[in-house]
Amino acid sequence: MTLQIDAPPPPEAAPPEAVPPEAPESGASESGPALVTTYLRGPDVQLAPAARGERREVDAAVVVSGLNVYYGSFRAIRDIGLSIRRHAVTAIIGPSGCGKSTFLRTLNRMHELTPTARVEGSVLLDGIDIMAPDVDPVQLRRVVGMVFQRPNPFPTMSIHDNVAAGLRLTGRVAKAELDAVVERSLRRAALWDEVKDKLRANGTSLSGGQQQRLCIARALAVDPEVILMDEPASALDPVATLRIEQLMAELRASYTIVIVTHNMQQAARVSDETAFFTMGEDRAGYLVEQGPTSQIFTNPKHQLTEDYVSGRFG
Amino acid sequence: MATLTPVMDRPVAARLVRSPADRRRATVDRSMRGLALAAAIACVIPLGAVVLFVTLKGAAGLNLDLLTKAPRALGTGGGAASAILGSLQMIPLATVVAVPVGVLAAVYVNEFSGRRSATAIRFAADVLVGIPSILVGIFVFTFLVLPFKQFNAFAGSMALALLMVPVIMRTTEEILRLVPSTLREASLALGVPMWRTVLSVVLRTGLTGILTGVMLAVARAFGETAPLLFTALGSRLVNVGDFAKPMDALPIFIYVNARQPFPALNQQAWGAALLLLIVVLAINILVRARSWGRRAA
Ligand SMILES: Nc1ncnc2c1ncn2[C@@H]1O[C@H](COP(=O)(O)OP(=O)(O)OP(=O)(O)O)[C@@H](O)[C@H]1O
Ligand SMILES: [Mg+2]
Repeated sequence: MTLQIDAPPPPEAAPPEAVPPEAPESGASESGPALVTTYLRGPDVQLAPAARGERREVDAAVVVSGLNVYYGSFRAIRDIGLSIRRHAVTAIIGPSGCGKSTFLRTLNRMHELTPTARVEGSVLLDGIDIMAPDVDPVQLRRVVGMVFQRPNPFPTMSIHDNVAAGLRLTGRVAKAELDAVVERSLRRAALWDEVKDKLRANGTSLSGGQQQRLCIARALAVDPEVILMDEPASALDPVATLRIEQLMAELRASYTIVIVTHNMQQAARVSDETAFFTMGEDRAGYLVEQGPTSQIFTNPKHQLTEDYVSGRFG
Repeated sequence: MATLTPVMDRPVAARLVRSPADRRRATVDRSMRGLALAAAIACVIPLGAVVLFVTLKGAAGLNLDLLTKAPRALGTGGGAASAILGSLQMIPLATVVAVPVGVLAAVYVNEFSGRRSATAIRFAADVLVGIPSILVGIFVFTFLVLPFKQFNAFAGSMALALLMVPVIMRTTEEILRLVPSTLREASLALGVPMWRTVLSVVLRTGLTGILTGVMLAVARAFGETAPLLFTALGSRLVNVGDFAKPMDALPIFIYVNARQPFPALNQQAWGAALLLLIVVLAINILVRARSWGRRAA
């Protein structure tokens, strides 16, 4: 399942384009499914030269295959197969209503909150099918966290308690440790300096952009592997958006990030991988292509993708 | 197109001149507004009148004796201590029973049930809110008084609880519906189990609103008379803690003493009425003040 290769340079040492080793790119440029196999079958893949002599895992954290999602009898997503690279940012783009949010919500089984929603296919997280009946969605969501379109801090809780909520409400951490976790999470979310003097203030007293970073800190506090973000900056002004984007660039060293965005520049700026969805006549969304972001934006294989990223559609 | 051509053939000035129809409309408008104002005043007058009347009649009766002395078994004198203590025992017990039931029922309807059972339960609660309280009294009388051949305070508490449950359930439910689903999702997405999400996020967010509903239900229970006549019965003895025996309550005290041929007892009834009015108004004002405070913040 995993592929050991020498570590690419850490993000701060190289531009994002340098992070994906050649291997996945060369595989991806052949055909869609080849991408999956490239990630899954490692040995015959060219190894990137070691940057600092340390070894790191580069592989698919999540492999989705044959995914269909229905709302009642309406099929919202048709036969999606794609893989999500570990410790990288994968952007999902596509026209409104093509099922991007639906797709994202199946990755931590949030779709189960919609009574009519039904899923077929498999979603492998480190080789384990998360749709299997013996996987507890509550536990799954501690591994696959989520940040929403609109900042949604808990209005009755302080900044501190918001960040601590995931741990406190699941009773997993001693009270003494909480403060350390809160500080670490706020630092990682690049919010610590702005709030360290008012941790007892209400979470909703922050600005929109700060609230969104608070929500990111809240998601980080439960120590997830994968973070799903559904248009996390679309309700924010350009400056706050930039902060969130910078944050993602920092976080991808330690987390696997999937972001849905309508903003092409944003996808191009923050992501390593891009998946383009669209929908057919029956309004069911499907994957057109997935590949390294630079390729999707400069040299896509499908006309549909080219039309979309160049703004001729959607 | 280089120039804009006017679409209207009448010049604007002509369209602004009042026609007779316009003047008629203005008159109708003014008189309707007057009628509505009169109706609004008519709504407020009874409250003002009741407050004024009860205050005038009860002020003389509301004294230290009334608050601290037990009723005399025979004749006049004494006070309403039995009734005050009775209300202060039966209502807390009723609240302790009604709050969990009402809140949990609202949680079930709002968070867990399907649409059809939710509609059915909501309808049942609405009917229960509107049911004459004397029917609740007879119902509880049948099940908690007759079998023991003894009027008792426990039955009184249960009758009050039965009246409180639907009020608490409906207000809680309205509040829970206002809690944004994004908060539930945020909590669940952190891997917080559903029950904990409901408890620590949903109920916590709606807490002020739920407390409002509880306080209004308590205020209502303070004034309920009919269900207590069949159950707690009333008593001229001070009963502290014996829920198997009859117990007095403020409304029963008023009812009994107002019917006595002794002016001194009538006076006590008025004093107790003023006390009841103060309690109910205080609860209501407290509730409003809190929501006003929240809106101002
Ligand atoms: N709860 C639901 N019940 C029924 N249909 C739904 C539900 N949620 C989404 N859909 C439908 O599924 C399809 C995909 O919706 P989804 O929200 O995933 O699109 P999206 O790509 O995220 O769109 P946008 O870019 O506007 O956010 C749409 O046709 C939508 O109407
Ligand atoms: Mg969406």
